[in-house]
Amino acid sequence: MQSKNYPNIGETLYCATLSNGLKLNVVPKPGFSTCYAVFAANYGGAHRRFTVDGRQADTPAGVAHFLEHKMFDLPGGDNALNILSANGADPNAFTSSGVTCYYFQCTEHFEENLRMLLHFVSTPYFTPETVQKEQGIIAQEIRMGEDSPGSAIYYNLLELLYEHHPIRDKVAGTVESIAEISDKTLYDCHKVFYAPSNMTLCVEGDVDAEKIRAIAEELLPKDRSPVPSADFGPEEGPLPVSPLRREAMSVSAPQFLIGAKLCPAPAGVAALKQHLVSQLALRLLAGASSPFYTGLYEKGLLNRDFDYEADFSAGTGTVIIGGESQEPERVLEELQREVARICSEGIDPARFERARRASLGARLRGLEDFENVCVSLALGQFDGYCAFDAPAMLERITKEDCEGFIRENLAPEKLAMSIIEPERS
Amino acid sequence: MEITRTELMPGVWLNHLRSDKFKTACMSLTLLTQLKRDSASMNALIPYVLRRGTTRYGDMEALSARLEELYGAAVEPVVRRIGEIQCVGFYASLPEREYLPGGQDVLRDTAELMGELLLSPATRGGLLLPQYVDSERDKMLDTIRSRINEKRGYSLFRCIEEMCCYEDFAVGRLGGEMECQAIHYQKLTKHYRALLQTCPLEIFYCGRAGEDEVASATRDALSALPRGGIDYDLGTDVRMNALEEAPRYVEEELPVSQGKLVIGFRLGECMEDPDIAALHVFNSVYGSGTSSKLFMNVRERLSLCYYASSIIDIHKGIMLVASGIEFEKFGAARDEILAQLEAMKRGEITEAELNAAKAGVASDLRSLMDSQGELEGFYLAQALDGADYGPMELAELAESVTKEDVVAIANSVECDLIYFLKGGGDAGEDEEEDAE
Repeated sequence: MQSKNYPNIGETLYCATLSNGLKLNVVPKPGFSTCYAVFAANYGGAHRRFTVDGRQADTPAGVAHFLEHKMFDLPGGDNALNILSANGADPNAFTSSGVTCYYFQCTEHFEENLRMLLHFVSTPYFTPETVQKEQGIIAQEIRMGEDSPGSAIYYNLLELLYEHHPIRDKVAGTVESIAEISDKTLYDCHKVFYAPSNMTLCVEGDVDAEKIRAIAEELLPKDRSPVPSADFGPEEGPLPVSPLRREAMSVSAPQFLIGAKLCPAPAGVAALKQHLVSQLALRLLAGASSPFYTGLYEKGLLNRDFDYEADFSAGTGTVIIGGESQEPERVLEELQREVARICSEGIDPARFERARRASLGARLRGLEDFENVCVSLALGQFDGYCAFDAPAMLERITKEDCEGFIRENLAPEKLAMSIIEPERS
Repeated sequence: MEITRTELMPGVWLNHLRSDKFKTACMSLTLLTQLKRDSASMNALIPYVLRRGTTRYGDMEALSARLEELYGAAVEPVVRRIGEIQCVGFYASLPEREYLPGGQDVLRDTAELMGELLLSPATRGGLLLPQYVDSERDKMLDTIRSRINEKRGYSLFRCIEEMCCYEDFAVGRLGGEMECQAIHYQKLTKHYRALLQTCPLEIFYCGRAGEDEVASATRDALSALPRGGIDYDLGTDVRMNALEEAPRYVEEELPVSQGKLVIGFRLGECMEDPDIAALHVFNSVYGSGTSSKLFMNVRERLSLCYYASSIIDIHKGIMLVASGIEFEKFGAARDEILAQLEAMKRGEITEAELNAAKAGVASDLRSLMDSQGELEGFYLAQALDGADYGPMELAELAESVTKEDVVAIANSVECDLIYFLKGGGDAGEDEEEDAE
């Protein structure tokens, strides 16, 4: 396997692409008891329409998530979740708009657990009965999501920003859409999206990279299948569909999310640079030391429940800034004022340098978390870059990059706001 | 990794864990005080007010800029309760010099800043600034009120509130809404000064710096700490029995589409001389994790819920089982949750269940060695308990737990209260019609 040293962060990364197309990333961590492995498919809730081998398909909302739930079933009535747990591992999975990840963490029997992970994710086994039973369980999960202000405010924002992109659809689907899913839907989507050529395996721990490669070669299909191409529909325009949506739910104070659409950079180094620039620019605009945040905090219009991110998923890029405030409209006004100020005055060079230092510190902290490391490597792999290149590239981001990002993407007409208000009693 | 514990000043203890496997170091300063209804919200508010500004860095912008200079050394207020001991202070995470340009060392500067936060707040006439106190008080009130936003956490909180209604534990780590509302800057300043004088202070450090270096940096940072008579009389009221003979039942209605069932238990007489390893294994067999009886039966076999899991508080001696259910499945889910415990009391635990639980507990404990945040929490609790074993030793103990140990704990557990959050108003009725 190819190894690359990253002395600036004290890590070594082993990479390989197997003959079946699987991308492998291994980070050895001598001295740690924890091992973590994630087996990820470049397949999420937004991949509803796709073409593979010239064949087009259109699937109901919620298939990727449904598949994730059912993958743990093994022929003969066994369940991979139970087998892994019984072996001392802590297994789980999640599905987002863009990816499905199966993972486990353990301190012992790593190789056995890895074998089980690769085995169950590459062994589809569904029956009409098990699918029907799962429909009940997922319907409950969907109901739970309906009570969650966090989920409502997020999807309302995506509907404001996107006209038709399937990122608007809830990852779990709806009670109606999952009723359309059959065992055949699951077999078809598994075949297309869970081909090794569409997946990556990322491992961190006190492990032997070559051995992991040998296990993956032994257990996974040998053939290289064609990589499916997702159809996310016609290109979205630069502006939101609508600027504002309010909904009432049982919350104690108004919650808000302000968002803007980005035009995602092509996969590769450009994508990594865009991710870093957007994070740093948002830190400068709305971070803990920004005049915007500290000013509104002192006025009592924002509290500690405030965050910002740029999320890149399924061919979209979205800026999301949100929290809790008695006057979300004033928060939006102040944000627009700060954007205008940065556009006219620029960013203070000393502030820029401080923000970059803080960003480097935050990245180092992120490296302590095995899950974060493995999932970042997987997402970077699907986006054509290596996540370990981020700290070095951060050094090359300029103040002008960040000013340009704010000017181009956060003008008043580009922003939309989703609000959840307390119900009036 | 070897932990050392040294008294730096009267009632000030440094817990030093040297490790060079991390990219960042962590340091925490924690004041220990008895959780009581009348003072809990004042205690909880103090680190948030202090975090607003110091004499040198007078406001948030100046303070945040200083933290950014220290490579984003995150220094955040932390308020916890361990049993009925309220723990308030600051937790910092700072990059190790090996990974900073020019090998800059931020340990001494970070310790200095933490000392300033604790001891030299921005004041006027010796009093905490009223605008900082009012603003943080209002924000904490928002936090207390926002408990209702997420129903899973809310239902757990409500179950404890009802179950422990005659105990200080019921007020929660942030204290009560009314007590918080009444906070005034003059009274808070007085309370703050008293805390500094009387509370034991636990310092935790994990990172590459040696004990002498950390001791010297923290001793200098805390040189202005006033020390009076230290109040070591801290403890938790562990009640062995349920309040009434039959489990109490509390029901609440909110416009939700999924019901939340929480069952509260007393761990019972096993708390007289608690076997911590066996308690963890018991909890794992019963309801934590995906090979537990609750997950396998209530969720997987009978599809009665979306989630069902148990958590134990080994300091307070209680257990909560939480589940998300359809309203009409309340009776069936409750009966099955209790039936699974009854089965354990009768010794119906397979070897596979026991082994999975032991392996899971041991693995969780060993992986704790790889997370500074978890280590900090573990050793703070150990300091409060006066216990001297580490996670690795506890993992070994967990591996030697027997079925008899687990059955004995199951037989000691007693159901105290059943809490059910169900739909009220239109949303709930619609759901019921759908279900028919």
